[in-house]
Amino acid sequence: MLTLANRTQFSSLLDAVTLANDAGQSRPAIIYCETGREDIFISREQFQRAILEQAAAMQLLGLRPGDLVVIAHTQNLASIYLFWGAMLAGVIPSMFPTLTEKLDPEIYMANLAELARLSDVRAILTTDEFAGQLAGRVACTVYGSVGLAQAAANSRLTGAGFTPYRPDPAQIAFLQHSSGTTGLQKGVALSHWAVLNQLASYGEAIQLVEEDVVVSWLPLYHDMGLIAGFLLPLFQGLPLVLMSPFDWVSRPATLFRAIDRHRGSLCWLPNFAYNHCARRIRRRDTEGFSAASIRLFINCSEPVHDESHRLFLERFAGLGVRPEMLAVSYAMAENTFAVTQTPAGERAKLDIINRALLEENGQARPVDPDHPQAVIKVSCGPTINGTTVRVEDNQGNPLPERRVGELLLRSDCMLREYYRRPDLQPFHDGWYRTGDRGYLAGGEVYIIGRSKDLIINAGKNVYPQDIEAIVNGVAGIHTGRAVAFGVPDRREGTELIAVVAEVTDSALLDDPPARVAIEKVIRQEVARQSETTLSYVKLVGPKWLVKTSSGKIARAANREKWTAERG
Amino acid sequence: MEEQEIRSRLREFITRDLIRDELYELADDEGIITAGLMDSFALAEFAVYVEGEFDVYIPDADLTVAKMNTLDQMVDRVIQELQKK
Repeated sequence: MLTLANRTQFSSLLDAVTLANDAGQSRPAIIYCETGREDIFISREQFQRAILEQAAAMQLLGLRPGDLVVIAHTQNLASIYLFWGAMLAGVIPSMFPTLTEKLDPEIYMANLAELARLSDVRAILTTDEFAGQLAGRVACTVYGSVGLAQAAANSRLTGAGFTPYRPDPAQIAFLQHSSGTTGLQKGVALSHWAVLNQLASYGEAIQLVEEDVVVSWLPLYHDMGLIAGFLLPLFQGLPLVLMSPFDWVSRPATLFRAIDRHRGSLCWLPNFAYNHCARRIRRRDTEGFSAASIRLFINCSEPVHDESHRLFLERFAGLGVRPEMLAVSYAMAENTFAVTQTPAGERAKLDIINRALLEENGQARPVDPDHPQAVIKVSCGPTINGTTVRVEDNQGNPLPERRVGELLLRSDCMLREYYRRPDLQPFHDGWYRTGDRGYLAGGEVYIIGRSKDLIINAGKNVYPQDIEAIVNGVAGIHTGRAVAFGVPDRREGTELIAVVAEVTDSALLDDPPARVAIEKVIRQEVARQSETTLSYVKLVGPKWLVKTSSGKIARAANREKWTAERG
Repeated sequence: MEEQEIRSRLREFITRDLIRDELYELADDEGIITAGLMDSFALAEFAVYVEGEFDVYIPDADLTVAKMNTLDQMVDRVIQELQKK
């Protein structure tokens, strides 16, 4: 295993291939679980053969080191082989979200085309079914599985052996594309060096051991899914028990079945998943299951609520879930993944502070739990090795402990650049501005909110401007007079999305069928174009929307007004 | 239990808890999930609801968009289970 102690012996992520040869051979590389089907076991040997074949095929098809390929696949196992295969050939892979039933294929293809153009994508790797539709729509080559398989077969026939690429540690290993429409999308470019540093430091933070088994339903195009739920186990030679996010969200007990059956020990979940599991797994679906093999459930990628942890504990204590399993990490793609991690084997610390002082003065002053202004904040833990956090006020002055400001990072696992975006400079004097607001207490990081208007819905970043652009295009809506914002929801443990839009004809507001019809189109268009579900849609007449002095729609002020009216 | 009663309770549950708009006029054959009216938690929520409300257990394998996308499909499935009793 890669650890902080032996870090210098590793020069690239491709060392994983040789690493896995001497450790954990008898254990599977991947166990793929799907509702209603037998689990699929992929041995280390099968995994290595599969990725070498993909690498050979890519080389034979003329993909060269440094070329960018986008993996837009519906199937997890195929995506995994393509991702590792690309890295073995020195090609830079990036995972793209899957096309689902809700999303309009035309819009999905247009997004891919725009990404291909902006990022100079060399090839898109996808399903055979989709490859035909996509070819000719994008300014790059498109390969389905058959095309790649043929190339792999040819390379075996011609005896053209595969020459593994030997990357320089500073070279880009892969990109993590941020969500958002292409105009806002940023390809976070990570070097082998940075990812190795993250894996070594994070492994130490969670006290990774060779007996660990990772269980994940997380999407691979998201940093938590890609790094924690995919690269970490496969690099370190730990079994990865994987399921599809779509399967899990409709049938959440799948997760506990997988943990029980394969003795899972590590599982990363966004906060909403604790609520979803606690509230929507039927008792009989977990009867006889045990989750006692778990070392850590790590809450990550959206604001953490103590209430969600308590719900989860209460529901699953009977399965062996204990408070010390409930850990927290604060992470972001720009730092490869984790920035902080609560100590393994200890329940994340709670900080009970005065809400009024927090909101008015940005002070996190501890109070008794029964204080009328008491509010609970859950610690995200100390920074991992090699990462430093600093808190600054709006003028850029450093703030002491227990004062709220913007968090800035410096680390040895940071992005190299935003890919082909010289206009976006991630660093200022060597520091990365996170846009997150929080404070430090006892050396641990607490997150309070964000400086930017980003919405985090079910662990996924949603840019309000993307939603507003879609709503502005709906007939009957006054262009430029739509606002989207997040609404924290205790029941779901995440932010739900609300839209307020001004209609061109206010007579509509007194005509319920006409109003409902427009609201429906808004919901449908947002789902079709962005695969986001709106929870609330409100149509308003002139002068409802709050604007800034410069005439821009103020999201926070409109959220306050909407919340107040809702009562 | 009458079909109308089941339909009316399910309709209320969907518009109130899943679409979060009780004024929403839900058509019987409207694709609720494919049209983006409900988020992805909906199928699991539906399963929990019908278990509590009608004491009906719908197996995981049937909780798919193909099988549970409309009010009609949901009503039919609940009736089918009730008839087994």
